Order: sequence, then C-alpha cells, then structure tokens
Amino acid sequence: MANFYTDNSDLKFHLSHPLMQKIIALKEQDFKDYGVYDYAPANVEDALDSYDKVLEILGEITADVLAVNAEGVDHDGPVCEGGRVTYAAGTAENQRALTQAGVYGMSLPREYGGLNMSMVPYVMSAEIIGRGDAGFANIWGLQDCAETIHEFASEEIKKEFLPRINAGETCSMDLTEPDAGSDLQAVMLKAQWSEEKGMWLLNGVKRFITNGDAQIKLVLARSEEGTRDGRGLSYFVHDQQWGGVTVRRIENKLGIKGSPTCELVFKNAPAKLVGDRKLGLIKYVMSLMNGARLGVGAQSVGISEAAYREAYKYAQERRQFGKAIIEFPAVYEMLGVMKAKLQASRAILYETSRFVDMYKAYGFVSESRKLSPEERAEYKKYSRLADMFTPVLKMMASEYCNQNAYDAIQVHGGSGFMKEYPVERLYRDARITTIYEGTSQLQVVAAIRYVTTGAYLAQIREYEKVEVRPEFQSLKDMLIGMTDEFEKACAVISEIHDNEYLDFHARRLVEMAAHIIMSYLLLIDSQRSDDFISSAKIYIAKSQAWNRERYEYIVNFRPEDLQSFR
Amino acid sequence: MTKKVRIVVLAKQVPDTRNVGKDAMKEDGTVNRSALPAIFNPEDMNALEQALRIKDLLDDVEITLLTMGPGRAADIIREGLYRGADGGILLTDRKFAGADTLATSYALSQAIKKISPDIIIAGRQAIDGDTAQVGPQVAEKMGWPQITYAEEVLEVNDSKITIRRRLERGVETVTSPLPVLITVTATAAPCRPRHAKRLLKNKNARTMSELQAESLEQGNAYLIPEWGFNEIGGDEKSYGMSGSPTKVKKIENIILQAKESKILSSSDADIDMLVKELIASHTIG
Repeated sequence: MANFYTDNSDLKFHLSHPLMQKIIALKEQDFKDYGVYDYAPANVEDALDSYDKVLEILGEITADVLAVNAEGVDHDGPVCEGGRVTYAAGTAENQRALTQAGVYGMSLPREYGGLNMSMVPYVMSAEIIGRGDAGFANIWGLQDCAETIHEFASEEIKKEFLPRINAGETCSMDLTEPDAGSDLQAVMLKAQWSEEKGMWLLNGVKRFITNGDAQIKLVLARSEEGTRDGRGLSYFVHDQQWGGVTVRRIENKLGIKGSPTCELVFKNAPAKLVGDRKLGLIKYVMSLMNGARLGVGAQSVGISEAAYREAYKYAQERRQFGKAIIEFPAVYEMLGVMKAKLQASRAILYETSRFVDMYKAYGFVSESRKLSPEERAEYKKYSRLADMFTPVLKMMASEYCNQNAYDAIQVHGGSGFMKEYPVERLYRDARITTIYEGTSQLQVVAAIRYVTTGAYLAQIREYEKVEVRPEFQSLKDMLIGMTDEFEKACAVISEIHDNEYLDFHARRLVEMAAHIIMSYLLLIDSQRSDDFISSAKIYIAKSQAWNRERYEYIVNFRPEDLQSFR
Repeated sequence: MTKKVRIVVLAKQVPDTRNVGKDAMKEDGTVNRSALPAIFNPEDMNALEQALRIKDLLDDVEITLLTMGPGRAADIIREGLYRGADGGILLTDRKFAGADTLATSYALSQAIKKISPDIIIAGRQAIDGDTAQVGPQVAEKMGWPQITYAEEVLEVNDSKITIRRRLERGVETVTSPLPVLITVTATAAPCRPRHAKRLLKNKNARTMSELQAESLEQGNAYLIPEWGFNEIGGDEKSYGMSGSPTKVKKIENIILQAKESKILSSSDADIDMLVKELIASHTIG
C-alpha cells in the first residue's frame, strides 16, 4: 500500500502554510455548513485534517492504481470507433477508483456534491495524480470546467451539471480549431439560436480537444454573426446526451497517450449559454485558462517528482567502478540540481495556488455580503498576484519538468533509453507541458507586462522584507544583488524604447525575475523546514549564474544585432 | 425488494505479516505484535467488498461490521465505515482474551444472534493464524449453511444467493437459501477505496472507551458500540482462555521448501488414513 501523498513530506509542508488558516476561514465562511452537511468541518483545524485525509485517499489510489496502470495505459491508449472514444482499460479503472472514492469535485461547494476544498489541496491532487500518470492528470484536471460553470453559469445550469461531476462524469474544454490555436480569436465554430428547440445549435469542427468525448463539454463558439474577433465569441455547455457531437479521429501522440486528444464534429449540437453573450473568450476562457495553467504547473511538478525519484533510486542502486554512481560528482550534481528545480517549482506552484485561493474566496464572500475596504484591497492584491504568478509558474515548472525528465534518462544511461524503465515515458509525457495551455513563449507574453510595470520587482522587494536567520543572511545578500542586477537589465531595455527589442529579450527578463522569486520562496521555506536548505543553497547559486549570463547578454546586445537573426 | 437484508461482515485486525522483518517473532515463538503494523485482515477486505456489492444490487441493505479485539480494533470499524459499512460493533471484553478459534467463533456467534442478520460474510482466513476455521465454526454454531472459498456473489435476493466458488481444480457455482455464511478468498475483487465524504463524516467515530481516553466529545460523530459479556451473554466458560482447548505445544521456525498438497475424499477410509499418518509423524497425538 504505497501512498504518493504521505511519502512526500513537502506536500504536508505546503498544506500547513500559515496563510492556509485564513484561506480556510474565508472558504468555509464561518463554517456555516457545519451541522448542515455531516462531512463539513467545524473549524480550521478540522478542515485541515479533512484536507489531509482526502489527499491520503488520493495518494493511495494514485500509487496503487494509477501508477501501476501507467505503463499499460501508455502502451494501449484509447481507441476511437464509430464516433466514440473508449479509454484504455487502465484509464477506465483509474476513473472508476477515483469516482468510487468520491473525490471528484473536491473544490466545488457542498450544495453541488463537492467537498468545498480550497485550491491548494485541489492543485496538490493534480500534482499527486500527475506523478502517477501524467496523461490521467488531464482527465482529472478537466473538472476545472465545473469551476467555470460554478463561477459564471446560471443557477439552473449549475444545478443541472455540477452534481454530476462528483458522480464521476468527465469534462472537456473545447476551444482549439484547425485555424485557431494560440490565436483563439479566430474561432469559427458557429452557434445559432433555435427558436424551435429553445436552445443554441453548434456547428463546426474542433481539434486537439483533450478528453473530447466527455459527458460535459464547454464550447467556445461564434454566436455573433459577421464578427471576426474575440468579441463575437460566447461560451456554451453541451451535454453528451443531447447528441450532435462525434469524434472524427484521435491523435497519435508522443506522450500522455492515455489522454484522448480528439477531433470533433458538431452537427446541430444543442447547447446552453454560459454567462453572458460575447464574454466567452475575453472573460470566461481567460479565467478557465488561468486555472488550466495552474493545472499544467501541477502536472509538471508531478512529472518532475517522478523523474527525480526514479533517477535518485537508480543512482543509488547502480554501481560502476566499484561504487554507486551517486558517489560521483557528475551524478550527484545532476541530482542536486534536479531536486532544487523540483522544490523551486513546487514552491511557486503553491504560492500561486494560495494567491488564487485568496482572491477566489473573497470573490465568493462578496456574493453574499459587501467586502470591507480592507478586504476589497486584499481581493485586488491577490487577484493581481495570481495573474502575475500564473504564467511564470506555468513556464518554469513545465520547463523544469522537461529538464528533469531529460536528466533522469541521463542518470540511467543506456538503460534509461529502454522501455524497461519508466523514465522514457516520463520524458515523452513531459514534452507537452511547455506547449499546451499556452506555450512558454506565450507565458512570456503574459508575464512581460509585469516586468515593465515593475510589479515583479515590487513583489521581490516584499519578499526581501522577510526576516531570515543569521546563517541565511549571505544567501539573502546574493538575492539582493541579483535583484539590483535585474533592475539594471530592465532599465537597459526600457531605455531603448523599442517593442521588438523588448520582445526579443522578454524571456530573459521574465526568467531573471522567476529565478529571484523562486529563490526567495526556497529561502523563506528554509526558515520553516530544514528540508529546503540544500535546495535553497543550490538554487540560489545556480540562479545567480543563470541571471549573470542573461544580464551579460542583455547589456552587451545592440539593437542592430537583431538583424543577424532575421 | 420486499424486506431489508442485513449483512454482518466479520473482520479482524491482524499484524501485517506480509512484510516481516527479523523482529517479527519473539524469542518464545509468538508474534511480536508491536513490531508489525496492525491492519485490516486482507481477505476480510475482499469480504467487505462482496457485502458492498450486494448493497449496490439491492434496495435495502444494512451492513454491520463485527470485529473482536482490544480497544484499538475500533480502527477496523472506522475503516469499514469509510468504505461503505453502515455501522459496526466492537466485541471487546477481558473475558474474551486469549481465545482460540473455538472461543472466538462462540463469541462472534453470540453477538450475531443479537444482530440476527440474513447473511454473514467473512474472509476465508486471517493472515496471523491462517486457520480458516472461524467462518465455518460460526456457521456451525448458528446452524446455517456455509459457502466457503467464495469469489463472487452472482445473484442475490431476500431469500437466496448464488455464488461462484474458487476451488483448487476449477470454479463451482452454488445457490443457497438465506440465512447463510460466506467466506471469501483473496482472488475475489479488491475492496473499493475509502470514500471521501464517508471518511470525513466518520473520522471522529469513536467507542465510548476511546472518547473517555482521548477526553473527546462525541459531537455528531458515530458512536461505535462496544459489546462485552454483559451484552451478549452465554456461557462464561466458553469464552477466552477457558473456552479455548487449543494448546500450543511448540513453535518452530521453518522455511517452506515446496508446496505440496494431498487430495482426500470425505470417506471414512481416507480420513482414517490421514489420522494414522498424522499420528505416525507426531503431528498430532
């Protein structure tokens, strides 16, 4: 009876972050559900204990079922026949086990069958599942659609769809089309109101739809005839039972093979409008996308964890030249850096999740009463922090999970290249994470404005105010130096007043900020637990060198150098 | 369905003997319980799953988990509640201590008579003793038919049950009237996971003794009943040590070299042969 939650003390560490007290108090709104639902907590401590227990269930199922099935699922994959998708046997078993455990809809309110848990444990569940079977993490993570329905749909739609999530019905988020990938404004799938049916009818094609044969679908479609941009798009919910959607084919992919990626044909498929017309892309999808990016961040950390563990285990067992290979500097350096990247990714994952928790909780509180001016300010602050941290988290965690999967194979040597070891699967599964839900390049586009407005810098200066024990002062001094260097690099670029020049260096600047932020998080975590000290030391020293390289490149780069790349 | 079907699942808390280390046995040859984690006997988990499947099939089913043991065996009841049992009873009394299979089955059957179920489901055997005697002995004491080595409940209604048995040389499908006692093998379906809401609802379920020991309030949590001699009555001498004819003569550590078995019929001649062989090899007598 293995358990991917209890075997990883980092998770419990993040679950016990001091801010969780406030998050839970807000989320439970004075514990109003206690006594109304027999599984609702009585107080913060009780709620935290419940989080712990539910994650324990998830950790056990992931270790004993998902991780055991992962190889078979990767081999078999789903099949598409007669317009419908059948999961691989292992995927179906995973789904059954998680449904039987009643853990779907963990973040939904109790009135809709959920467990009303905050984002932090929900994101943790995605990380745990990602470690067991990265492909399954998508099917699990698509319950985010319920979150969107909960936030934006009418009460009628909420009552109709949300309780079904806990019963194990799956979701899909149907956005991409053959000619609308990164540029979703180009979506053409048509939505027309039918007086006769009293519903909207959807017609067109969607492509690369993860879990496209789901029972509950959220569809981005063009409801405003004659429009060509994002303002003509609305958001719809479609129930598989209403018919009209078939799967034309599923993709044959490099990794996450258990998760079916579908091409869908909509022929007069009935649908209901979610929220208001014309806000589909500009409001709802953007919100959904932030949630999805958090999900990919969690999935990435899960893959990183799996890769690190496999590499560490192998390096201890494998002997060459008369000793375990972990004894060689070339190998232990690799492992040390892998762990530092892993813990740094996890640190920003849960920091971001806490920000999301705070602003979402205030959002729901504000539905039942007016927020005080202080609360209003906090709501705004955390909402901005969440927006600002999400792209950095998504980019860094996904890039690191690829690097860790690469290094995990390297530690295995020739054996790692073979199917006998799980690292080659992790390597293939990792590859998509820097691509979907916005490529790393697009995360930079979302993040760069916070570089130019000085928002990252301001947050870094906030972290600088945190007191550290004397033995950590030298690490902090390094970070203060790196922050000054980052500020200078930003100044060099802004003096040029050229957008193309800024775009060219954008990734370097965002990464510099990211390294400093993640370094601070590890430093701060080291004050609460010794488990982070080695990673903090390794990561800060590496970050200093990585930032120096970027700094040198930026200050020595002349605008005319752009020509060489064209 | 016309009437409620009551099921009692017999479960035992056992030391986890599946991953034993050097300190698993004490000098005197008894199990060192402190070195081994206490777990829900694995085949009793399979038994619970079969009970839950009957509950899935029929409209009105009530599952009660019955376990005998010291106070900490309340963990077994909680585990059952997390996975779908409706209630549980902890059979605990100093008078029951030191029971062999005979005294155990006596205590269980006394408790079962009080619950008066339609079906009793138990694991085939527990991993600490491996006797596989308690289930059949309970059936005998109740005077009920028994179906051993059950692998799957195929059909059930309020008067009869059809079951597939896994035997040494194949499978057998049998039908029995209710009431009946069933013992389930490890090849049966594994138990479903803990259910999140059930766990959160029952995580504070305690026996009265536990509440007192932990100085807790019951609140709205389930109070696990504790039954002792006073609750189930019967012949005091049949419980515990005094009701246990089994005496341990000697314990040896052995390493199994080969797995061999003999197939015997139930004819008197075969049994006579076996007894003579066992006496000759000083296994009994």
